[in-house]
Amino acid sequence: MTLDELAIGQEATIVTVGGEKILRRRLLDMGLTPRTKVMIRKVAPLGDPIELRLRGYLLTIRKEDAKQIEVSL
Amino acid sequence: MRYALVGNQNCGKTTLFNQLTGSNQHVGNFPGVTVDSKEGTIKDTQDTVVDLPGIYSLSPYSNEEIVTRDFIINQKPDAIVNIIDATNIERNLYLSLQLMELHVPMVIAANMMDEVIESKTSIDIKKLSEELGVKVIPISAIHNEGIDDLLQAMNKVATKKIYPSKYDFCTGPVHRAIHGITHLIEDHAQAIDVQPRFAATKLVEGDEPMQKALRLTENELDMIEHSVVEMEEQLQTDREAALADMRYNYIEQVIAKTVKKSGESKAYLRSVAIDAILTHKYFAIPIFLGIMLSIFYLTFNVFGALLSDALAYLVDTITLSVDTALTAFGMNPVVHSLIIDGIFAGVGSVLSFLPIIVVLFFFLTILEDSGYMARVAFVMDKLLRKIGLSGRSIVPMLIGFGCTVPAVMATRTLSSERDRKMTIFLTPFMSCSAKLPIYSVFTYAFFPKYQAWVMILLYVLGIVIGILFGLLFKVTAFKGQPTPFVLELPNYRMPSVKSVMLLMWDKAKDFLTRAFTVIFIGSMLIWFLQTFDFRFNTVESTQSMLAYIGKWIAPLFAPLGFNDWRVATALISGFTAKEAVVSTLAVLLSTTSSALSETLPTIFTPLSAFSFLIFTLLYTPCVAAIGAVKQELNSGFLTLCFVILQCVIAWLCAVCFYQIGCIFL
Repeated sequence: MTLDELAIGQEATIVTVGGEKILRRRLLDMGLTPRTKVMIRKVAPLGDPIELRLRGYLLTIRKEDAKQIEVSL
Repeated sequence: MRYALVGNQNCGKTTLFNQLTGSNQHVGNFPGVTVDSKEGTIKDTQDTVVDLPGIYSLSPYSNEEIVTRDFIINQKPDAIVNIIDATNIERNLYLSLQLMELHVPMVIAANMMDEVIESKTSIDIKKLSEELGVKVIPISAIHNEGIDDLLQAMNKVATKKIYPSKYDFCTGPVHRAIHGITHLIEDHAQAIDVQPRFAATKLVEGDEPMQKALRLTENELDMIEHSVVEMEEQLQTDREAALADMRYNYIEQVIAKTVKKSGESKAYLRSVAIDAILTHKYFAIPIFLGIMLSIFYLTFNVFGALLSDALAYLVDTITLSVDTALTAFGMNPVVHSLIIDGIFAGVGSVLSFLPIIVVLFFFLTILEDSGYMARVAFVMDKLLRKIGLSGRSIVPMLIGFGCTVPAVMATRTLSSERDRKMTIFLTPFMSCSAKLPIYSVFTYAFFPKYQAWVMILLYVLGIVIGILFGLLFKVTAFKGQPTPFVLELPNYRMPSVKSVMLLMWDKAKDFLTRAFTVIFIGSMLIWFLQTFDFRFNTVESTQSMLAYIGKWIAPLFAPLGFNDWRVATALISGFTAKEAVVSTLAVLLSTTSSALSETLPTIFTPLSAFSFLIFTLLYTPCVAAIGAVKQELNSGFLTLCFVILQCVIAWLCAVCFYQIGCIFL
């Protein structure tokens, strides 16, 4: 499944990170690397973007970008 | 000694920079990009620190990252001071590892140690230094703790040239690939004075600027590609993921040995509690609008107005006494006019913006430094994405309704150059408050029953046209990839008083020094044109050069419904300040500003009056705003394009309105 499909509060492990070159590099640099544990903490009031918790900090990314991240429960 | 201060965003880098340098700083600009470069002298020394932009990585994809990388490689600072947020050590060390690969003397300042201790987490600093092979100094920049230790350590690594003792974070196939490529390109790297190992790491990552810089032969490039592909096959992953993974793995090992965490940190729990309200599903947007409205009210109505009045009083008093003195002295009337109507009026108009800028940036810095601005981006992103911007651009645009000058200046904190430029181009579509007197006089004269509605219509029109141009820019001038929206939401923190004060001072200084020339020259030019005729005799305003220019360009406004030189002249004078449109029109129509609405129907019909309002809404912003735009775009050419574009848009919109209106009426 992909990261955007997780329910709020559900934790998963990243399998692969996809996306266009610059975006993908940014995601990797921010610590969204394979085997990292990640959780969706919140969805923005307008339904997008989402707030993630990983490596002890909070990060926000857009849903369409989260779709490119494969996770496993 | 010259130090480079490098760190992530939100790690207290600016606070540390301020602690190290006090007010001994000057702001510059990196050549070719609108990225700030700040340099300061360390207190009681000759040593300087350069505050490099806040970045998360040394990838080649953003100007901020490239600037940092080039600075360290080309300018060769004596040492790097890498500041990290110790409460968020895992991600912060990712940049540290890349800096260590650069192989420059380096020290790590572990900031926010007070919060670490408060959260009952322990970091074994000595062990961390050993594991990383770089001296780590615990500090708390905001409380000014550990700064002396840091200064000593900085001095030591720089004078004794203590390089990071480790720069090999990789194992297995990555190690083999980097190792092999290092040997292959050693000569090339040394020729351009880059650490071979850093170059090799970048090549493995597929870094294009590095490939170009090294001037590799076709054959060498093939060999590199071959070994990287081999690495990818062995690891079952691609090059960029492999290296990011390798660095994070190394960090995880280091952290396992040095950091003991007992539960969530207090700062994090506090942030979650605050976010429960500030990014709440239903409250978030009303709260944001409430905050912006309060800032508006306090800036433009309370403090700003108070300070503006005080300043205006001061300027008026000085002007009056100089005026009296000049009259008593029997000064030549032209020189007299130059001093009073030219210089004093020019300086006065520059100064009149100062209180608003200072007060507004007081609030904006608090929003920024507290961590709220990142939440604004989170909450508003979906709305602004449609025009190709990200959430934070909403703040400068809203400020644009007050005054374009600070709005344009506020774009500085946007994360990418593309967003900054595009926001600057769109901000003037938000009708500034100085245009209100024009709207007010015209709506009173022509639409007395629907005054409020017409004004609201104008504001909405500005926004709609702004959105349309946003969409147009998105597919034309700013086509390229928007910066990815991957944004850290830092823990909420109390902003440091010193940082807020210094930033206010910075903005004031910035505006006065950099925008002053443009505004002053603009004001003087208009004074000159208004005072003289073409034989350089002083004349009444109806005979001046400006009036003649008004006569020349008036036919341009015929398709808009008002081919009248007095209106054209008033529009030109609006270039100095929008309020001047009304006063000039009053003078040229031989009436007063308050009685103007009775005379206006002699030269306008309701239709052409509305067309005039559309033109005023959209045409070039005042000279002060242009000064700010030039300062932020850092390009005279782009600024000129900006002014012309606004005028052309205004003209086209007003023509369309008037011509279509004529068909129906």
